[in-house]
Amino acid sequence: MANHLRSELERLKNELLDLSTQVHGALNKAVLSVKNLDQNIAREVIEQDNIIDQAEVEVEEDCLKILALHQPVANDLRFVVASFKINSDLERIGDLAVNISERTIYLGKGPPVKVPFDFGKMSEKVSIMLKRAIDAFVNQDVKLAHTIWQSDDEVDQINSEMYDCVYNEIRRSPNDVEGLIHYLSISRHLERIGDYATNICEDVIYMVEGKIVRHNPEKF
Amino acid sequence: MNHRHLKNSIFKYTCILVVILSIAILGILIGQIIQQGHSWVTMDFLKNFPSRLPSRAGIKAGLWGTLWLLGLTALLAIPIGIFSAVALEEYMRESKIKKWLQINVSNLAGLPSIVYGLLGLSIFVRGLGMGRSLWAGSLTMALLVLPVIIIASQESIRAVPKTIREAAYALGARKWQVVFMQVLPASVPGIMTGIILALSRVAGESAPLIVIGALTFVNFVPQGPSDSFSALPIQIFNWSSRPQEEFHGLAAGAIIVLLGILFSLNLVAVFIRERYQRYRT
Amino acid sequence: MSIKDTSNHAFNIQSLSVFYGPKEAVKNVSFKIQEKMVTAVIGPSGCGKSTLLRCLNRMNDFILGLKVEGKIFYRDENLYAPKVDAASIRRKIGMVFQKPNPFPKSITKNISWGPKVNGFTGDINELIETSLRRAALWDEVKDRLNDSALTLSGGQQQRLCIARAIAMNPEVILMDEPCSALDPNATSRIETLIHELKNRFTIIIVTHNMQQAARVSDETAFFYEGALVEFGETDRIFTNPREKRTEDYITGRFG
Repeated sequence: MANHLRSELERLKNELLDLSTQVHGALNKAVLSVKNLDQNIAREVIEQDNIIDQAEVEVEEDCLKILALHQPVANDLRFVVASFKINSDLERIGDLAVNISERTIYLGKGPPVKVPFDFGKMSEKVSIMLKRAIDAFVNQDVKLAHTIWQSDDEVDQINSEMYDCVYNEIRRSPNDVEGLIHYLSISRHLERIGDYATNICEDVIYMVEGKIVRHNPEKF
Repeated sequence: MNHRHLKNSIFKYTCILVVILSIAILGILIGQIIQQGHSWVTMDFLKNFPSRLPSRAGIKAGLWGTLWLLGLTALLAIPIGIFSAVALEEYMRESKIKKWLQINVSNLAGLPSIVYGLLGLSIFVRGLGMGRSLWAGSLTMALLVLPVIIIASQESIRAVPKTIREAAYALGARKWQVVFMQVLPASVPGIMTGIILALSRVAGESAPLIVIGALTFVNFVPQGPSDSFSALPIQIFNWSSRPQEEFHGLAAGAIIVLLGILFSLNLVAVFIRERYQRYRT
Repeated sequence: MSIKDTSNHAFNIQSLSVFYGPKEAVKNVSFKIQEKMVTAVIGPSGCGKSTLLRCLNRMNDFILGLKVEGKIFYRDENLYAPKVDAASIRRKIGMVFQKPNPFPKSITKNISWGPKVNGFTGDINELIETSLRRAALWDEVKDRLNDSALTLSGGQQQRLCIARAIAMNPEVILMDEPCSALDPNATSRIETLIHELKNRFTIIIVTHNMQQAARVSDETAFFYEGALVEFGETDRIFTNPREKRTEDYITGRFG
């Protein structure tokens, strides 16, 4: 009977891994679509989101099944609970990737606008954060999980600086206000993705150590 | 398959046959006795003393002797027997002494009864100067049946589940309370069986009594334990060795009375057993 | 010269070791059990948990060749001090066994026997009713109090044994795998009962059923091969145990 639980937990882990790969892929595609203002890629991201949603539902159902049938305890229990939460975090990240892609489509409709912040740096940071979070989960690496908070602070910093930039740009070229607002949204979305990646790391720490930690940066 | 089925049937029917046979033989024997003796069992028969004339002969002496014997022996053997069993099972630790006692009790249970008679003669009748009295007779018979009672009681006590004792101790009871208020009551059925076996022997044995000197031809009833006595088995033996047919009839009648006594004893035991087993189901 | 222990604990077990001849069944165990709580003792078969339990009310005295070292303080008293009267301890510390073992007597006699042999002089019928009510059995047997206890079902018999123990008005009730011979329904009723009883009594329960320990107890002690591996609050032990052996056992990786 214990073996059956083992194989179920293994399966859950693999499902979650698949989901995280898909979500990471969606994020990278969304970022690319913004960089190149590529409408096709943007549309792909939007269409493929329902695959992510479906996967998320399956993972949640599997978690419930394990809880009901096996009543796991200790580290097994924490793993299932953490999986629940990480599952939900990943799905939200997927939604945010869709939101970013939608912004790309809006940007495509209007005249080109100067990018008011270092989009490349921010998006790369966020992508790396997500990857680290996933790695921490796969390898149960608490040390790696702890390093993510520094990156999150940096991303938050870029985001809060970006408000000033946009403000100045709108004053300078008021006609570009629509495009600038879209970029504002994109920056916010990226910052939220960073937060979710941080959540995933908090869940990993709970899973391994049993400690519930929360990261509370200074909010702008 | 068929072969085994056949073997099964043969075995089953053989067993049934043997049972029927045994009961049938017993039935025939008892039936013969009843047939032979029932006409002789009258009130006079019970009230008269033995006589040379069969029509005037009765078993009063033997009957009372047997009843006295049963009573005294029971009084002596039952308490000693039960307490010995309790001592052996509950209070003695496993030791060489206990093993030795145990072996001796088992051996004594198998000794021929005449040996007890000889023992009784030398120790009670002569050695302690009791003469041919009921004291001597009862003590001898008590010795005879003591091993039976002890063994049956021991088995019965041993059969009481350990869990009952544990439960009793766990309630803060002391050892004597556990032994006398839980274990002994629970062993009553087995002890009763032992007692009945013992008393049946007392009622039916003649050899040791003859050696002791129970009288054959008496015309009095014992008034106390120091009196001499007769007993039913002796009377039966005496009558059945006479050539006259009537005396055989008298003997059969006496046997019927003896069987009647034993049957009543059994009934008492069954009644007591039932009372204590009421809570067992 | 026993050291008086005056903390708030029911039991203070100090360096307890129990030997069956040469075999050490309980190895130098020390921990404290709180009053009016349910403490579970878990561990694989043969880990010494029943032996430990039976030390707490000196039921181990009946096993020949058993040697006990160390001290067990119940409140201020060392249970194994030389002149201690074991029977009086068992009046305060009652026990319920694995297989229900009612006496082969009527239901009333089962409950009244303990108090009577210990000199109870009050209203025995009231005591019987109170005990049966507290054991959640009164409604089922009130019309047949004179029936034999052996006519009850397994679960009812076990509740009767609990009522019997309660009738002694103990301070502690020890339970040695009380539900292992019962079906899930009966088990569940007894677990509910334990939950109600802990307001009155300190309860220590040995169980090989981990889910039961998790459901029923406030604190849990995990034993392995005679040694105390871990002891702590039940919810912590079952969400985040400190010892790997504990975790392996409760997640079913062994035992």
